[in-house]
Amino acid sequence: MQKVSREILVDKAISLLNQGVVKAVFGWRKGEFDYDVTPAVFTTEKDIKENFVFNGFCGANFSKYLVAKTVNFDGKILVFLKSCDTYSFNQLLTEHRFDREKVYAVGIPCDGMADISKVKEIAGDGVSKIDFEGDMMKVTTLYQDEPVEIKLGDVLLERCYNCKSKKHVAYDELIGEDGEVLDSNRFDEVAKLEAMTPDERFAFWQGELSKCLRCNACRDVCPACTCEKCVFDNPNSGVENKAAANSFEEKMFHIIRAFHVAGRCTDCGECSRVCPQNIPLHLLNRKFIKDINQFYGEYQAGEQVGSRAPLVNYTTEDVEPCDVFKGGEENA
Amino acid sequence: MQVEEYKPLIVAFCCNWCSYAGADLAGNNRLNYPADVKIIRVPCSCRVNPMFILRAFQRGADGVILCGCHPGDCHYTSGNYYTRRRMALLFSMLDYLGIERERTRVEWVSAAEGAKFAATMNDFAQKVASLGKNKRLEDLRCKK
Repeated sequence: MQKVSREILVDKAISLLNQGVVKAVFGWRKGEFDYDVTPAVFTTEKDIKENFVFNGFCGANFSKYLVAKTVNFDGKILVFLKSCDTYSFNQLLTEHRFDREKVYAVGIPCDGMADISKVKEIAGDGVSKIDFEGDMMKVTTLYQDEPVEIKLGDVLLERCYNCKSKKHVAYDELIGEDGEVLDSNRFDEVAKLEAMTPDERFAFWQGELSKCLRCNACRDVCPACTCEKCVFDNPNSGVENKAAANSFEEKMFHIIRAFHVAGRCTDCGECSRVCPQNIPLHLLNRKFIKDINQFYGEYQAGEQVGSRAPLVNYTTEDVEPCDVFKGGEENA
Repeated sequence: MQVEEYKPLIVAFCCNWCSYAGADLAGNNRLNYPADVKIIRVPCSCRVNPMFILRAFQRGADGVILCGCHPGDCHYTSGNYYTRRRMALLFSMLDYLGIERERTRVEWVSAAEGAKFAATMNDFAQKVASLGKNKRLEDLRCKK
């Protein structure tokens, strides 16, 4: 069950708006279907009352939206942050990407958000309506007479099964109680891949990455990818935005995308959530996080504002590139 | 018909302040190293972006080696320390994707180590030759 309901959030938003604390509210608006809830900005009480949505599909991380929205905005914006979002929030503050004074952050508790592709696996295609009742959802589809009942806990996003922390690291106000940093098994799958032979790994990634459409959704949604001009937007790069022509480009794009956020990726899991092809992109990011933890000491991006990312730092005793595989083998 | 002997194409990124001069010294001393090693001069090993390495593979390299100053000797004080971290992560990632780990290497060669430069290149060329052609990171459009 979501410990926080739509009513609580709407009341909070309206009261802050009416008190004049904030001038706009970041929230979720209903999309085409019940499951494609869209991030939106609300500025009037009427709009919030009518169109504000909060359900198990509100997985979107608002942190990155703040970068564009606060820049020319006069006044404060209210933003609701789940615990995972607060890490991205801090990381963006560390990188001076938005003005903290312009944001009023409200932490909300979260028990995980649903993954529509898992819902569709159970209920089938043609989902026309989804009703939430507590932690159960009733899924009505075009092809079945009776709605299918699904427990929210059975269809969570991958990142929610491996939730790294229920603790909010940044907020002005908190709804409900703060959680704890959890012991997650998020590196298990990476370790499983590492234990494979190179041929098996190559076959696995070739299969996964060849699904890529180069829609750039993973890049566009990533809270760490906030460059105003991306290397993949450079027409002289030869890898400008376009469908990947062959297997090299797919690998190139995904290696570079993951590398550019290495050390700054908070493992919020947005890339895998938005991927229309369900490529496990988090496995690339987590590989970097795992390596960084192993070689340069435990580091969680976004845990503290102002912490220095491992790739813009060094010690004179760092591991040599040729020795990284030895370390990996011992752990495998 | 004559079957052409397979020779690997190797791209070596060499730091202007050390390894590039090291290659020069190797030449002055008449030390042999494979002619298939193509040297690209960079102002510092830190100039090498992970994309350079991937694009070298794309354009047909079978192995990529990055040579810089010994840690602590960087002309710009700390460039090679950053290189060391970046390349450690990049190589680990390439290995994770199933690309042969012997195809990439970082070696610290100073301007006085002409012999080390030649020996490193000979050794690396031999290793890469034993792996054969780079199939896993090739771009067929770049083939002549």
